[in-house]
Amino acid sequence: MKTIQVNEIIEAVEKLCIEANYDLGADVMLSLKQALTTETSPLGREVFERLIENATIAHEERVPMCQDTGMTVVFVEVGQDLHIEGGSLTEALNEGVRRGYEKGYLRKSVVKDPFDRVNTGDNTPAIIHYDLVPGDELHITVAPKGAGSENMGALKMCKPSDGLEGAMQFVMDTVDKAGGNPCPPIIVGVGVGGTMEKSTYLAKKALLRNVGVHNKEARLARIEEKLLEQINKLGIGPQGFGGVNTALAVNLEVYPTHIAMLPVAVNINCHSARHKEITLKGRDE
Amino acid sequence: MTEVIRLETPLTHEKVAQLKAGDNVLISGVIYTGRDAAHKNMIEALASGEKLPFDMKDQIIYFVGPTPPRPGQVIGSAGPTTSYRMDAYSPKLIEEGLTGMIGKGLRSPEVIEVMEKYGAVYFGAIGGAGALIAKRIVSAEVIAYPELGPEAVRRLVVKDFPVIVLIDHLGNNLYDIGKAQFERA
Repeated sequence: MKTIQVNEIIEAVEKLCIEANYDLGADVMLSLKQALTTETSPLGREVFERLIENATIAHEERVPMCQDTGMTVVFVEVGQDLHIEGGSLTEALNEGVRRGYEKGYLRKSVVKDPFDRVNTGDNTPAIIHYDLVPGDELHITVAPKGAGSENMGALKMCKPSDGLEGAMQFVMDTVDKAGGNPCPPIIVGVGVGGTMEKSTYLAKKALLRNVGVHNKEARLARIEEKLLEQINKLGIGPQGFGGVNTALAVNLEVYPTHIAMLPVAVNINCHSARHKEITLKGRDE
Repeated sequence: MTEVIRLETPLTHEKVAQLKAGDNVLISGVIYTGRDAAHKNMIEALASGEKLPFDMKDQIIYFVGPTPPRPGQVIGSAGPTTSYRMDAYSPKLIEEGLTGMIGKGLRSPEVIEVMEKYGAVYFGAIGGAGALIAKRIVSAEVIAYPELGPEAVRRLVVKDFPVIVLIDHLGNNLYDIGKAQFERA
């Protein structure tokens, strides 16, 4: 049995919250630079130039890339042979978020009640997804998610007879309807299968995959490529101003489902595609 | 680089009439911030006959909720928020004299109709470029609803604040024009 102290977890989460908001992933930066070379719209190229400059300023001056520093989504893989000492794991993750958002001058965007809408003042609670895995490590991914893109997501309980074609059409319709709202260029997370909530979880998890990394299954990778090609023919373009680069990537995840179901979930991410991760190793106590 | 138009506030009807969808504009002068909760408060204030935090005539509202500034910073990151959430409120403010809005994303037919009727323009700032945009803000002062935190109404002085005309006073819409130009069947 290995042990991790909650203080170590708090410090790690604090740091991940700040880094996720200040430092655009190298994969997205590369993708923006590539899009700048392929974009045919002059206004679109200007958008890419400004986004690259923005990410550079954020990184160098240690400020958030975007003012919407998001609701903090945390994916945690807990090794089943690991012992967490010193308090509650959930509270430690929230405390890390609390400290990160305060020390990093990040915006507190969470309201306590969806109807009363009073700000909690510290960006907690985080949205935490736990996964119990073999081993004695703790893997934490912090993925702050802005509302502009999150609000454009959608779920459809398709019929099995709708098939792949129907599922793809729903993805296309969702992206087309979103237009310039989610701050294109976007990354499209697609979750297909499972139950209603499983498909939306998969769509969100798909956004953790780096831009340019396809699904390991060749047939699914081909669907990703096909969807990306079709989305970029919609003409929405950078910021919706028109152009040939609407999405940087489509990431698809699938799961077994019921004989009567075909759930399709679409979770859209803006170009501030934020996710930072760390693996904490347990110690012998 | 597309041609740039320099615009000084206040945004009079004469200036509104000269702006076309797709124009690349640099705004200098005073603009005000307001997003979801501030808009709700302002509309409620109007309904109960109270005064608004500022006179809307010939003014521009920027839909933004900035991050907290670091010590020494004028304002934190300050990019636009998605505008459609203000669609329920904007027509009333345009009727009160508002001539400009800065945000990102689509607007409702109702908002566009009122913009045409009263002569107003909808500008887009680049969504997600908050660190860059903050550099064009010279000063920021909370003038109403401080309890709303990032959503408080601020008076900003801006210098060469970069925007694109998304919808002009004739209803020409860059989102439609741009998409049509690049759509491939």
